Order: sequence, then C-alpha cells, then structure tokens
Amino acid sequence: MQARWEHFSHEADIGVRGIGATRAEAFEQAALAMTAAVTDPAGVAARDAIEIVCDAPDDELLLAEWLNRLVYEMATRRMLFSRFAVRIDGGRLSATAWGESVDVARHQPAVEIKGATFTALRVAREAQGWIAQTVVDV
Amino acid sequence: MDTNLLKRRSEYAWEIPQQGAMRVPAVIYASEALIRDMDDKVYAQAVNVAALPGIVEASYAMPDAHWGYGFPIGGVAAFDPDEGGVVSAGGVGFDVSCGVRCLHTGLARRDVLAVQKALADALSARIPAGVGSTGTIRLNAAELDAMLAGGAKWAVERGWGLPEDLERIEEHGQMRHAKPGAVSQQAKHRQREEMGTLGSGNHYLEVQEVTAVYAADIAATYGLGRGDIVVMIHCGSRGLGHQIGTEYLKKMVLAAASFGLRLPDRELACAPINSDLGIEYLGAMRAGINCALANRQILTHLVRGVFADLLPRARLPLLYDVSHNTCKVEAHRVDGHTRQLYVHRKGATRAFGPGHPDIPEALRAAGQPVLIGGSMGTGSYVLAGTRESEARSFSSACHGAGRAMSRHQALRNWNGRQVVDELAQRGILIRSPSMRGVAEEAPDAYKNVTAVVDAAEAAGLARKVARLEPMICVKG
Repeated sequence: MQARWEHFSHEADIGVRGIGATRAEAFEQAALAMTAAVTDPAGVAARDAIEIVCDAPDDELLLAEWLNRLVYEMATRRMLFSRFAVRIDGGRLSATAWGESVDVARHQPAVEIKGATFTALRVAREAQGWIAQTVVDV
Repeated sequence: MDTNLLKRRSEYAWEIPQQGAMRVPAVIYASEALIRDMDDKVYAQAVNVAALPGIVEASYAMPDAHWGYGFPIGGVAAFDPDEGGVVSAGGVGFDVSCGVRCLHTGLARRDVLAVQKALADALSARIPAGVGSTGTIRLNAAELDAMLAGGAKWAVERGWGLPEDLERIEEHGQMRHAKPGAVSQQAKHRQREEMGTLGSGNHYLEVQEVTAVYAADIAATYGLGRGDIVVMIHCGSRGLGHQIGTEYLKKMVLAAASFGLRLPDRELACAPINSDLGIEYLGAMRAGINCALANRQILTHLVRGVFADLLPRARLPLLYDVSHNTCKVEAHRVDGHTRQLYVHRKGATRAFGPGHPDIPEALRAAGQPVLIGGSMGTGSYVLAGTRESEARSFSSACHGAGRAMSRHQALRNWNGRQVVDELAQRGILIRSPSMRGVAEEAPDAYKNVTAVVDAAEAAGLARKVARLEPMICVKG
C-alpha cells in the first residue's frame, strides 16, 4: 500500500491523519499531515536533521507525544519539517525529522500549531493499514 | 443539534436534563436558529462536563459554543473543591488566557483615513505577527520568572505601558498565586523569543471604528461614542501557555486513574483541586495568565509607539482587557449561599454585572466590559455584564463568532489575495505575512457574530453596548 496522509474536519481546528503499512509509517504520515496544516510540505526542503526520542504507555499517547515533541521543535527552532523516519519499539519512539528554517515569504505559513490534542485521537490497524490520527489546536 | 433532545427553559435557554452519569443538568444559551446550527458534539461535550466531580449548578454553553477539546469551546463550568471538585487543563485550553483588549485613541475616522496605509504598514512592521516571528525582548531566567509572577504589572514596571492601564485589566493586571516554578523549562524555552508577539490563526490587531451605539448610558461610561476609533488586540499566552496546556493535559491523562476518574474522553482529563497535581496546574496556569497579560501589555506599548509617530495627538488609554480561556476562583451565590468556586471559562468571557467590586470604579455602575471579536471583514462588539448573568452562567457570556467551516474548506473557497483586495475595496486594509492564512480566516469562514451577541443579550448574559467595524487588520 502507498502510505499517505489526509486532513479531517474539525470545526475550529484541524484533524491530521496518517495511513501506512506499519504503525511507524502511519506516525510519519501524521507528522506530514501536521506540516501540511501549516504549509505545503512539498515546498519544505529536507535539509537539516533533528533527532526525537520519546515514550508513552500506549500507542495513542505515543502519537500525541510524538506530535507534541515536533510542535516544540517547530516552535523553538522556528523550523518546518517535511521528511520523517520513525522507529517504534514497544512504547518507545525514536525518529529523525528533516526540514529547514521557516521562510515566511516562500512557505506562507498559515498557522502555528499550539499543540496536538487528545480529541479524535486514534491509533489502530484497519483493513487499509495502520491509521494514526488526532486534532491539532491552531 | 436536534431541539427535540432539549427541554426549552425559555426562548433562549435550552436544557439537557440530568441523566446517566450527569451530576447536574447542562444548559445551552442560544436562539433556536443557533441551536439548530450547533454541532452535536457540543451536546456530548456539555453532557460529559456535567458528569465531572464537584460540578456546581449546571454545565453551561454560550451562544457561540462549538466542538472543543473535552469541554465545548464556549463552555462554562464551576467546581467546588470541598465537594471533590476538579480543575481541567482541557477546560482552560491550550492557549491559556487568550483574550481581547480594547484601547481608545481619541481619534475619528478622518484622522485614520489621512494616514490609513502608512498606519497599516507601520503596525505590520512593528508588531511581530505570524509563524516564526520573534519579539525583540529577551528575558533571562530571573526576569522570566518575574514576568510569570507579575503579569502586566511587571510589564508596566519595566516601562511597557502606564500604571493606569492596570486597573483596566482583570485581576488588576496581575494574577495572584502564580507559581513560575510549576512551569517547565521547555515552556519557558518556548517563550524565549515570543514576548511581545501576536501569534497566528485567529489572532489579530485591528484599528476599528464605533459604527453603532445601542446603550448610550453605558457607552458614555465606557467612553465610547459613534465614530470613535479604537484598537482591539486578540492574542494569548504564546508558546509558554501552549506548552503548559500540552504538558499538564498529559499529566492529568496519566494520573486520572489514580484519582479514581473514569473519563469518557481523554481530553476531559482533570485533577482534584485539592490534589498536588491540581495545585501545581493552577500555579502554572496562573503563570500562563500572567504571560498573556504581559504579552498584551507589551503589544499595547508597541501600538502606542506607532500611533505616537504617525498620529501624535492620539492618546491610547485602555478601555478594558478580558481573558476567555481561564479557571478562576470566584465567589458566587448558589441556592442562597455564597461559595468560592473554581470557574472554568473555555472560550467564554467573564461578565460581572453592575456594582461588582472587581470592576474598575469608573466603570462599575455600568457592568464589566465584555469584548467580542468578530472576523476580519465584519464587526466586533462591546457588551456589558448584567446582574442577571450571575444566576444564569456564573456571570459569563460569549467570546466570539466561532468558525462556520473548517480551515480546509475555507482554503478551497477563497484565495487570500482576492480576500485582501475585496476588503481593500471596502476600506479595510489587511496586513498579513501569509495569504494562505488570510484565506483560512476569510470573513465568511466565520459565523455571524451579530446573531451570537443578539442571543447573548436576549438570554440576559450581557447587554449590547456598541458595534465596531475594522479599518485596519494585522493578522499573523
């Protein structure tokens, strides 16, 4: 299957959903969906890499933690990320995210992400593959 | 929402009777038309809040209520610590103390028209706005803690504003019992370059004209007259507040079972007010409130600098500053007794009625100003708290228009540049670093703010005082 991401509707904010053959792939795609809430990921160069390691007691909390760690890195480094490599081992996630500094004129960033919420939070294996989704507050 | 699910208490008050796990009923204040348009999730969320321990009287939803996080946005709920009451990070929201402040200018429309473009450009140049923007203020660790403890009072002491501003801010500009030590290093780091920044999304700074006055006596007390120019600032506690919300929400989710809380939705995560975690969160959240108050105070100072350069005869005293994402300890009358309650307002504005001691003396007889932001092409409103709202909603009213459609849908419907051009033809100058952001915030992506304030007035939550329409809007 082709890994992909999509947005789903939330009245005030944005739902992000990643779909992939594995849990890790779904997490990568969910992160891409979050970037797409800010700007077109195709316009973000995968130039500089950062490492993220986090853990959580279950898959859903791990997704929220992963996205929130990225939100933190985006905010404090003033970066956008467009490529992700996620490894999940039990309740522990280690990842590399590639991106570049925000260029307002080129990226036209629409919103800053305040945080990944626990609303519509779901990580599950379905017929089409793994899905990993939540709503991000913008 | 299906009105058949509701018991109509009055024309503008709709009850969800107590049932199942609910400890109290839920009450939604709205017109029939607003109720029919309201998301079903407001019903589910208002019911869930009504089931939380220690909730008093009812779980309330304001006329602009919509699908939120755990609590509906536009939700009001009060908890009694002596009855096992809880405090909820989701019930305050990610943007702690997001709010609105309104500045007088002493100017008329013609004064602004003479320099409108230059004023828009200067505000846009001097007010850091949008993703990746940074302020010019850097605080060391000790100063950051002083800011988190001191709020707008700290900002004024450092030269950002006037001492007389403070009495026109809720809590006199300083939220007491803030605990900077309960705020993580990550939250503080996230704030490092964000003091005095506007943010993005629905946050804005507008120059507005008073185009209608509905209650002449109250408007006179507030110093508002038809044709007056004001400045409205909508923003919150920036990265620091967002990080506090994120971290404590997670802590409360992880600790819920230890408190014996069985939550239908993880986002409702909360902690007993009298628990260590509840106390820590309240200390951090109050520090977040101070960060928002300091931030709006610094932005006010920057705005005054721009006006001093271009319109030197303008004076910009503060009318009032309200916060609409908070949990505050307040005295309320319940069944004939005064009780100290922890009132959550998530996307709802405190609206104390005439005579309340917390209202600045000069405004007290008129009731607390309630500042309602609309979308960038429509209007905003100034309302006044009423005596009746105490019994109806713990003295609370609506906070804004609420979105009518998702950002995704707005992006499909509009092009940012077209929106800017169309508004310019109507005399409204938009300045934003992101045309995609403008499209997502297009005027018609929001509900009709007039319907919301009319319902708030008809429900007795607040009284309409004046309507404001934008001439300049700086968006993030």
